[in-house]
Amino acid sequence: MTFNWHGVLAIYRFELARFGRTIWTSLMTPVITTSLYFVVFGTAIGSRMNEVGGVPYGAFIVPGLMMLTMLTESIFNASFGIFMPKWSGTIYELLSAPVSTLETLVGYVGAAASKSCIVALVIFATAHLFVDVQVAHPFWALCYLLLVAVTFCLFGFILGLWAKGFEQLQVIPLLVVTPLTFLGGAFYSIDMLPGIWRTISLFNPIVYLISGFRWTFFGVGDVPVAASLGATFGFLCICVTVIAVIFRTGWRLKK
Amino acid sequence: METILSIRGVAKTYKSGTVALQPTDLDIGKGEIFALLGPNGAGKTTLISIVCGIVTPSAGTITAAGFDTVRDYRETRTRIGLVPQELLTDAFETVMATVTFSRRLFGRHGDAAFIEKLLRDLTLWDKRDAKMTELSGGMKRRVMIAKALSHEPDILFLDEPTAGVDVELRRDMWRLVHDLRERGVTIILTTHYIEEAEEMADRVGVIAKGRLILVDEKAALMRKLGKKTLTLTLSEPLAEVPSALSHWPLTLTDEGHALTFAFDANAEDNGVRALLRAADEAGIAWKDIATKQSSLEDIFVGLVHEQEGRA
Ligand SMILES: Nc1ncnc2c1ncn2[C@@H]1O[C@H](COP(=O)(O)OP(=O)(O)OP(=O)(O)O)[C@@H](O)[C@H]1O
Ligand SMILES: [Mg+2]
Repeated sequence: MTFNWHGVLAIYRFELARFGRTIWTSLMTPVITTSLYFVVFGTAIGSRMNEVGGVPYGAFIVPGLMMLTMLTESIFNASFGIFMPKWSGTIYELLSAPVSTLETLVGYVGAAASKSCIVALVIFATAHLFVDVQVAHPFWALCYLLLVAVTFCLFGFILGLWAKGFEQLQVIPLLVVTPLTFLGGAFYSIDMLPGIWRTISLFNPIVYLISGFRWTFFGVGDVPVAASLGATFGFLCICVTVIAVIFRTGWRLKK
Repeated sequence: METILSIRGVAKTYKSGTVALQPTDLDIGKGEIFALLGPNGAGKTTLISIVCGIVTPSAGTITAAGFDTVRDYRETRTRIGLVPQELLTDAFETVMATVTFSRRLFGRHGDAAFIEKLLRDLTLWDKRDAKMTELSGGMKRRVMIAKALSHEPDILFLDEPTAGVDVELRRDMWRLVHDLRERGVTIILTTHYIEEAEEMADRVGVIAKGRLILVDEKAALMRKLGKKTLTLTLSEPLAEVPSALSHWPLTLTDEGHALTFAFDANAEDNGVRALLRAADEAGIAWKDIATKQSSLEDIFVGLVHEQEGRA
């Protein structure tokens, strides 16, 4: 056996089945939240804002909204996926199975990333009901979506390994990722900020993600698209390295 | 006997500083049933978990079917099945789904016919669509066994298979173990009970405080472990053992209210009848009589002392 495909698929299906059990909440939540954002930001505020960089405000916030949900979903799903077996003890089976690090990752992260992408597409479809939004580079948009989903699912996986309890599981997404996303230009262009805040924003990695994704929609972003790609790949590499070290040492997995 | 599992110098000290396992050597023969007998905290689960890859050893190497369990983990793990001590299951999965999952996880394709047979053998077929939360503890244990057998392992670890299990399931378990052995599966089980080791195993290893004190054929071990004590509660307290009984190895206990006699339960003539007759002839009145198997702990303490004395 060189690559345990059966094992990878087993994990992948197991995780998708877990999502399937809560399919309604999983899909209705983004639909309702997106609708609310459009009512609040798109209609109430948007009617007083004209255009951002030549794009109508309603359409402008779509990529940001998708990113916002994608990041939370990815982190949540991937961290929960590995945290639960650790917490309930069923991880014994994974640890005693002929499954490599890579295979475990492909299974868990693959499933979580699939779900994130589905949710993002549902948001896009919901947004379409409210505004007319065209995607300039659909192919790159999908690639970027996948890249971000995988990266943040890896990040979520690390969180799930690190967390010792449910509280720790939630603290990073709630206290770090969500604020950074809100401040990362999900609902505005950082060009709209006064000088000093704009500079500070450039230290926020989420700015690069949202800007890159926005570029695939409208052909313009807050930062050059190469910088966005660089930042995303950089984060991806960090996550992969951390995970490789974790698996080699068995940290928080094996006793 | 061909060796299928070879443990060399395996030791474990947990991060908390607990020394759970002293350097241990053990060889298991192909097709045998081996019982690891020891009290709580002896290190049984630790040893098993190291072989299965759940706990990282502090030292030592293990080979299974000739493969190193770390370097060639795919080879060894596809051959090993584990039923852990605790009932650990995914609450919302069905029996069928969870057993099929296990088989695939271990690199096998989902063979519906095989899984049906497995579930029928374990009388789980009627429950195949039930969720794990809907099962009783005994059924859950059967599911754990089905999961461990789902990839057709050559070596099966059963960590306290009969803990918290009723008489019927216990008997089923013993039957299952023997059936598996017929098919050539090597079985290593842990237990607290001498009788269980006696019923199921070919060889027994006694472990206490992280040390494998002795490994022996079951019959030989049972002779060593078969010590019992007889206690006679006296009607009138005595000041000393009466001279008529002085050649018996008796001790006066409970401030002269009881006489105790240690004997070998497996011996042809254990001397109990003769002792009682002698006591009657000596005119010693007793109002109660009790015999008791020396507890596992007593025996372990005895064995440890014996070992230390020899060392
Ligand atoms: N994860 C852990 N961290 C620290 N110490 C541990 C851990 N697991 C077990 N121990 C300790 O290691 C020792 C051996 O435990 P182990 O579970 O191997 O015993 P056991 O023989 O299986 O006992 P039992 O019959 O109660 O199941 C005990 O002192 C236990 O407290
Ligand atoms: Mg144990």
